[in-house]
Amino acid sequence: MAAIQASKSSTPLLKDELDIVIPTIRNLDFLEMWRPFFQPYHLIIVQDGDPSKTINVPEGFDYELYNRNDINKILGPKASCISFKDSACRCFGYMVSKKKYIFTIDDDCFVAKDPTGKEINALEQHIKNLLSPSSPFFFNTLYDPYRDGADFVRGYPFSLREGVPTAVSHGLWLNIPDYDAPTQLVKPRERNTRYVDAVMTIPKGTLFPMCGMNLGFNRELIGPAMYFGLMGDGQPIGRYDDMWAGWCTKVICDHLGLGIKTGLPYIWHSKASNPFVNLKKEYKGIYWQEELIPFFQSVTLPKDCTTVQKCYLELAKQVKAKLGKVDEYFNKLADAMVTWIEAWDELNPSTGLANGSAK
Amino acid sequence: MSEISINCDEVDIVIGALQLDLTSFMEEWRPVFSQFNLIIVQDPDLKGKLKIPAGFNFDLYTKSDIDGFLGSLSNAISFSGYCCRYFGYLMSQKKYIIAIDDDCIPAKDSAGNFVDAVAQHIINLSTPATPFFFNTLYDPFCEGADFVRGYPFSLRSGVDCGLSCGLWLNLADLDAPTQALKPELRNNRYVDAVLTVPARTMMPVSGINIGFNRELVGPALVPAFRLAKEGNLRWETVEDIWTGMCVKVVCDHLRLGVKSGLPYVWRKERGNAIESLKKEWEGVKLMEDVIPFFQSLRLSTSAGTAEDCVSEIAATVKEQLAPANPVFARAAESMVEWVTLWKRARTR
Repeated sequence: MAAIQASKSSTPLLKDELDIVIPTIRNLDFLEMWRPFFQPYHLIIVQDGDPSKTINVPEGFDYELYNRNDINKILGPKASCISFKDSACRCFGYMVSKKKYIFTIDDDCFVAKDPTGKEINALEQHIKNLLSPSSPFFFNTLYDPYRDGADFVRGYPFSLREGVPTAVSHGLWLNIPDYDAPTQLVKPRERNTRYVDAVMTIPKGTLFPMCGMNLGFNRELIGPAMYFGLMGDGQPIGRYDDMWAGWCTKVICDHLGLGIKTGLPYIWHSKASNPFVNLKKEYKGIYWQEELIPFFQSVTLPKDCTTVQKCYLELAKQVKAKLGKVDEYFNKLADAMVTWIEAWDELNPSTGLANGSAK
Repeated sequence: MSEISINCDEVDIVIGALQLDLTSFMEEWRPVFSQFNLIIVQDPDLKGKLKIPAGFNFDLYTKSDIDGFLGSLSNAISFSGYCCRYFGYLMSQKKYIIAIDDDCIPAKDSAGNFVDAVAQHIINLSTPATPFFFNTLYDPFCEGADFVRGYPFSLRSGVDCGLSCGLWLNLADLDAPTQALKPELRNNRYVDAVLTVPARTMMPVSGINIGFNRELVGPALVPAFRLAKEGNLRWETVEDIWTGMCVKVVCDHLRLGVKSGLPYVWRKERGNAIESLKKEWEGVKLMEDVIPFFQSLRLSTSAGTAEDCVSEIAATVKEQLAPANPVFARAAESMVEWVTLWKRARTR
């Protein structure tokens, strides 16, 4: 039987349990549109780029803001693991948060409308996704069985209907879709106009390209895995930050018996980045990816990796061992992954919580 | 929908007739069915003459045809009830088969347009599937969609699609306990997506609304698993669930795709979930044992065709599941017979 329908009562606000992390280099004007949905929450703003610039935060929001100077001060030498001149720096916000849940959104993402014309409260949907179980072991053809109006279909094993805790809620985008540079170049006018009214669990053992534009996660369950890698200034690659975090996170979630959902909510993505700039950032990744995917598809974590940190450190070891030969960058990245965990544990002491049990 | 021209000569629509009067069913589907050849198989337990309206091209098979074809094997596989349609699969010589239960009518999409379920199944079957990596924008071959950033380029040509699983509005394919506990629950949500179910992920395949590539996976749709008290309502069978597991294992092994999602059909009210629940419902317990078996089933590299795969699955079922329950021994036997029948049908 599906879990009790929490949607009969309204979705809890979780305003003291959730931080909204926003990386920005420009301004935060987009927050005005989100005000009705975001105002109750605490914001963590990670200012990328020139720290001497002042980022104007619209009035009425409760926030903390970190620029590069702050990051260097707080992390000291460990700040080397946080990217500069790339939105990957947002993961500093995850590290410094004290809350159970994180929602992260890009500053060119606005409120979308559903097919009835109603404005979508993306945060509320992420919360719904995170508070209801996932079902990674068997695919439900009616998608998320815990949603209002849905359930498990005939043939779905009863022993699997309790589900597992949801670690990540991956939202989607209307208007400008998240395409890579080659696709953008070939289809510059394509817009995503299809509203797919579904949330679903990505099955165990299956990888996906995670996008950081509209993402929620349970920081207590999976936080340390959400390292967005070394990108931007001084790095040979960009626009692979969220995907890297996604592959690491998926492998660890599969190992620990946690679920990742994708689908609703939609946000409205307004800005198409320059495809030529993107191509320069991505092109090494396009080749490297062909090595990365088999690596992640075949990774196994030992049974004694029972916490996210242990899993992540083991992953870092394997990255060095197996991907170091693809490019020197991966040696640096593996080191940065270790630094990240050290920094995480320093800023978040005694999080010896059960992050899920290794299956 | 994409601009795919559908060659009607490549398609058979198989209808298992579990009721005598097919008039309203076929009238509802006339705009779609009238372009295709139909294979209508009358449930051998259904006595009487089928009422079929005029204006359709069809081949009709009844109990005597089935018995005639089976010959000395007429004790092995049972084609009664929902399994009658498998005889239609056997008789077909076309590339694609679409099968829809006779209590389903065309659905309307969220804009109120008539859904041509047959066309959508054919589009699903004739465009590539992507089982090795999940695309977050669902079917990348659909108009207006594509692969997202991060989708490996080497996987973007996809693989052939073997099976297309459609969905149902109104009465969804829920099991009896679920529907009995939530008698008001109706599926009103039209999810505008087709997606490939990832490799090595198992799923419940519902026989209510499916399409498949007969040339690639035909033998894998086996009418093998029958409950002792199997009935004429979907709540009282699990034959398609067993079949679906076999097909998924075969597709995964042969590197073919299985898609799920569109098209929807509208499923009419029929039967009573609580009444079905009252019958001895052994299927639940049995399927619990079966899931881990199918999830870990791996076929040998020498199994290169669907027939080979089915034979191998049958042998493994006999070895691993049969000792626990004779119903599995019968299933294994049926699967072996099925491969024989399939070969016989090919040489007709």
